[in-house]
Formats: sequence, C-alpha cells, structure tokens
Amino acid sequence: MRHILSVLVRNHAGVLSHVAGLFTRRSYNIESLVAGETEDPDISRITIVVAGDERVLEQVSKQLGKLVDVISVSDLKYDRAVTRELSIITVKSTAKTRYEIIEIAEVFGAKVVDMSEKTITIEITGEERVIKNVVNLLRPFGIEEMARTGLIALGLKSPS
Amino acid sequence: MKKSGAKIFVDTLIEHGVDTIFGFPGGAVLPIYDQLYQSPVRHILTRHEQGAIHAADGYARVTGKAGICIATSGPGATNLVTGLANAFMDSVPLIAFSGQVPTSMIGNDSFQEADIYGITIPVTKYNYLVKDVNNLRRVLDEAFHIARTGRPGPVLIDIPKDVQIKETEFWEGKEIDLPPNHRADDLDIQKQIKRAAEAIRNAKRPVLYVGGGAIISGASEPLKKLAEKASIPVTTTLMGKGSFPETHPLSLGMLGMHGTKYANYAVTEADLLIAIGARFDDRVTGDIKRFAPNAGIIHIDIDPAEISKIIKVDIPMVGDANDILSALCKMLESKRHPEWLDKIAEWKRDYPLSYDKSGNEIKPQYVVEKIYEVTKGDAIIATEVGQNQMWAAQYYLLDRPRSFVSSGGLGTMGFGFPASIGAKVGCPDRVVFDIAGDGSFQMTIQELATAVQDGINVKIAILNNGYLGMVRQWQEIFFGRRYSSTCLGKSPDFVAIAKGYGAEGIRVTKPEDVEPAIKQALQTDKPVVIDFCVSPEENVFPMVPPGEAIDKMLDQGSGK
Repeated sequence: MRHILSVLVRNHAGVLSHVAGLFTRRSYNIESLVAGETEDPDISRITIVVAGDERVLEQVSKQLGKLVDVISVSDLKYDRAVTRELSIITVKSTAKTRYEIIEIAEVFGAKVVDMSEKTITIEITGEERVIKNVVNLLRPFGIEEMARTGLIALGLKSPS
Repeated sequence: MKKSGAKIFVDTLIEHGVDTIFGFPGGAVLPIYDQLYQSPVRHILTRHEQGAIHAADGYARVTGKAGICIATSGPGATNLVTGLANAFMDSVPLIAFSGQVPTSMIGNDSFQEADIYGITIPVTKYNYLVKDVNNLRRVLDEAFHIARTGRPGPVLIDIPKDVQIKETEFWEGKEIDLPPNHRADDLDIQKQIKRAAEAIRNAKRPVLYVGGGAIISGASEPLKKLAEKASIPVTTTLMGKGSFPETHPLSLGMLGMHGTKYANYAVTEADLLIAIGARFDDRVTGDIKRFAPNAGIIHIDIDPAEISKIIKVDIPMVGDANDILSALCKMLESKRHPEWLDKIAEWKRDYPLSYDKSGNEIKPQYVVEKIYEVTKGDAIIATEVGQNQMWAAQYYLLDRPRSFVSSGGLGTMGFGFPASIGAKVGCPDRVVFDIAGDGSFQMTIQELATAVQDGINVKIAILNNGYLGMVRQWQEIFFGRRYSSTCLGKSPDFVAIAKGYGAEGIRVTKPEDVEPAIKQALQTDKPVVIDFCVSPEENVFPMVPPGEAIDKMLDQGSGK
C-alpha cells in the first residue's frame, strides 16, 4: 500500500537531512521525496510517497511529528488529492519513428522540448499513471535518458 | 553592550541554572574555556570525552536537570557520539557542545574537522550547527527547552571557533518559538481516563508495568497511590527501577529477559496490563505474540509514537504520567484482588530469585546483596552492562527513584563508572556505588584520574570473573561453550591500578571478607576500587532465551 504524506517543515539548512535520515534510520521505504518552498518562505513542504501498511504509516507519521522542525504531517488520500509529477524523457528516434513518437506525446499533452537527428526529448506533467503510460509506450523506441521529479500533491478542497 | 559568543555561552548556561559541566578542552573550544576560567561554573575535566558525556548523563539521571558536556572539534566531538546515542535511547536530558573549525574553513577537511552535525542527527533529539553568533542565544535557549520538555533527550550544539570569538548585541533571551513538539492526538484524554478507570474496575488480574518514563515524570507518588488503592502488583523495567518501592509487598521486581519469574508469570496471566512510560522493548517482551496474551493494554506515554509501536494498545493515554495517574487515581475506588494477590504470593514463594550459595567462592549475587545490606538500600547504584548490571538490578532493591543509573537501551559498556562520577557530583550527600564488571570497567578506567583529582568519592565494586560474562553466558548456553574471545586472561592488578591513580584499592577473594571490604570502602574518604574475585562461570538466572515467551525461563543448571 502506498501513501502520500504532505509534511510542512521549518525551512532551513539541515531539515531535509533530519527528515530523510529518519526514513533510513527506521528502515521505512521511501518511493519519492520532494521538497520545495510554500507560499510562506519560512516553511517548506516535503511530499513523501511511502510504502507500507496502516501500522507503518501511523509510525512514520508519528515519528515525523516528533521531529523538532516538523510543523504538520498529513496523510493525503489519492482520491482526495491532486497529484502531479514532471518527467523529461529523451527517446531514440529515426526519421521513420519520429512522427510516431510525437503523436504519442501529443495524445498525452506532452511537449517536445528538444530534437536531434537521433533523439527526441519530451516533457510530460501529470498523475503518476499518465507518466507510467507514456514511459511504457516510449520504451520500445529506446529511452536514452529520463529524469523524474517525484510526486507533489495537495489535498482537494472541493467537496467529494 | 556587545558580548562574544563564548561569553554568551557561559552567561546563558548560568541563566539556565547550570553550575557544573563536564568536558575536555581543545583548539576549537579555547575561547569558551577562556570564559570558563573566570566563571563560577564548575568544570570537571574528564580524561576522555566519552567520560565527560557519560558523567553528564549520570548527573542528569539523578538530579533531573539537564547534563552539560563540552568537547573540542573533530575527535573530541566524535568521542561524544556513543554518549549521545546512550542518552537518546534512555531519554536523558543532555546538552553536548562541540567546538568546530572556523566557519570559513568548514568543508575543507581542515585539521580536527568532523561533520558532527551530520554524524549526530540520528542519535540526538535535535542538533545545531551555529554559523552566526546572532543566533547563538536563541539556539541555547531552544536547546534547553528541547532537551528537557516532552520526552527528554540529548541536543548537540556545534559552535565554530569564530562564532565563539565574534561579538553581538543579540545576547538576551527571548520567548521560544518552536513548532509544538508533539503531534496533537485526537484522543480526548478525559474520555480515555474514564475508559481506563472502567477497565481497572473490571480487571481481575491487573498488573502495572512501569518504565523510565514514570521516573522522568516524577510519578512515583500517584503510582504508589494507584497501586495501593486498586491493589495492583507492580513490575518495573530496568529503567523504571525505583519508581515503585521494591520492598513494597505489591512489588514484583523487574520483568523480562532476566526478570523475576513471578513478574513474568504475572504479566503472562494478567487480564489488564497498565504500561506507564515504558516502550515494550524486546528485552522486556520476549516473543511479542506471547507477551501478555490475555491482557487488555492501557498505555500511558508522553511520546505518541510509542503508542502501538510494538503492541496494539487498547486504551492509549498520551501525556505526562504524573498528571494522568493523579487524575486516574481520583476516579478509582478502593478495590481488592485477594485471589490474584494470593496467586502472586504463591509464585513469589515457589520461584524466588536464588543462586547457589554452596562452595567457598564469592558469588557475584552475594556481593550485590552485601552492598545492599551495608548501604541499607539507600545508595545510588550505577552499573556497567552485562551480568553485573542484571545482578545489580535483581539484588539491589531500590525504594526511591533516580537512584539507578544504568545504560538500558543502548547497553553501553563503560558507562557506569563515569556516570557514577556524574551522579556523585549531582548528589554529593549520597553513597554512590558503581557495580562493574572487569570487562566494562576497563573501557573507561582512566576516569579514576578524574575522580581522584576532583575528590569525587565514588566506590567501584568490580565483580571480577575474568570473562566478558554475559557474552560468555550466551556462548555457554547457545554456542556449546565455545568461548570465543570472551576470556580476559590474567586480570590486571586493579588494586595497584587504583593506587597508581591515587585512589584506594581492595582485593577480596573470600566470602567472609566481602562485607568488611564494603564497610572499609565506605569509611575511606577517597574513590575506592574493590576487586571482588567472583566465581568465573556464574550465570544470570532466570533467563528468557531470545525470541522465547517470557514465561519460558531457563534456570540454574539448564542449558548446560
């Protein structure tokens, strides 16, 4: 079972080490961890995707809550959150395959950001499953390089 | 008016009521030591930084105040790491200061540079690298707050040399501004207390299981009231020793791997287990699936993360044990459990702690019993780690809290002796005994120089069996007596060593000389090392084999 934890922390040097270190120390598995500033420059949001059952999740949240720099920990439900990930993918291409690749990109609203004789680089933003889908479709052409940001998320405010 | 970082350091410590610090100087803390030279703060120079931090730890455990220690950068700082981990595991309020190379040189692999901030993240409650002297006062105030509040713990503050020298106008204390350090639990504590009272009312075989948290919280009084009012037997962990009088008829002594049989039987048969400031450590629970299998579980702890960490709790209560127990006590009526207490009395009669008293060797248990008798149970007992620690826990009954100084969570050999020095400094009017093993004592034996120089009158009882006894015991029982690297060979002459340092030394080889030696040590106005030459292959029993249920205990003669 995967969970998204949205953690607000005091923004200063060292806080990321404290948070990341906790996961190593207690041997919790992180799938992704993304940190960035919030609307308040003194506060950062760390979005962590963690694998484990309810008990593990409860422990992770409580242990995070104990860290001095942590202001709040919320467990975002996938169906009650907007989640996004950005990925940049460089795919091998030839004159023959180029348009096929572009077509796939267009279907998913991905942008072509670079092109050479032998490659196309596309940028895609979306929910994780969209990115997975694109990656799967592009894999047969040969993925030369890929960079992913990891997941960021915010809880939905609209009524369900 | 401006003040230098070093001046701010000393003044702020004094403002926080610090009168004693333990430390070892060096290049990167020279400005601080220069300020200490003219200050009223007592600085105790240990012979190793590990000695300084363990002494500060012992001081903190017996006084309840934050222990303070200081070391220089690089190796000085890294020598603090074991002590930090030790204090972290046992929730001891401690503030450790390390000097650091000047800010401009950090990251250059400079002489005596170590990334102590990075190194100590996993073993501190919080830590700081102070790069700007304007932040120093705030950091110091926060550190005292963090170390002492909630679940206490160690804080490390790394201060580069230039920050100690630079001057600032910002040296006055301000209100602390930290995120609340506990995640608010949505449990309504009043409602939980009612539920707990109801559960206690309905219980037929309740047991109180009390850990170090009860001592930290100062909950001994309401604990005793509750136990007596509701007629509930009390077992404590190693860390909880002394929270409830061990001579009290309701006391079951310690539970767990080397606990009493009656404590382990009582927990196994209990229908309600009330855990107070205890964390269900593996040394306590044995096989978790068979731990208190018939009991509903109430858990009082200040740390919400301890609730249901190891075992599912039925009634969690997050908060200060003293407050919660006091409230709980008011809700309860007097109650008796004659059948349950009879059953326990029967176990106590049938399965007392015992050892083989035949033969003319000195038994280590006998030494502890004699120390108990001669000191009338009123000493502060520090221990090393291993057999000595377990025998001390089993045979030195304590009736008051903050009197047992032992490395529970981390199990740090070499802790007891420097910790006993700190304890004696904290409680100069009490007798302080370090019950040691010959192995452990040799890990921090150099602190004899500290005790002698500062006239810190501690007594060290070495239960000298020539082995790393607890490891040897495991090798005997679980590894077919293959004593791999546990024999210490010919013992060093501890009496000569003690005398060489300027302390007193006594060697005891006959049982009848045990008591006179203890008396002589107490009458000697010096640190005294008593070298008790005890039976080499004596084992600690009862013993729950690792992974076994706690009611399946090995006893004398088993496993051989």
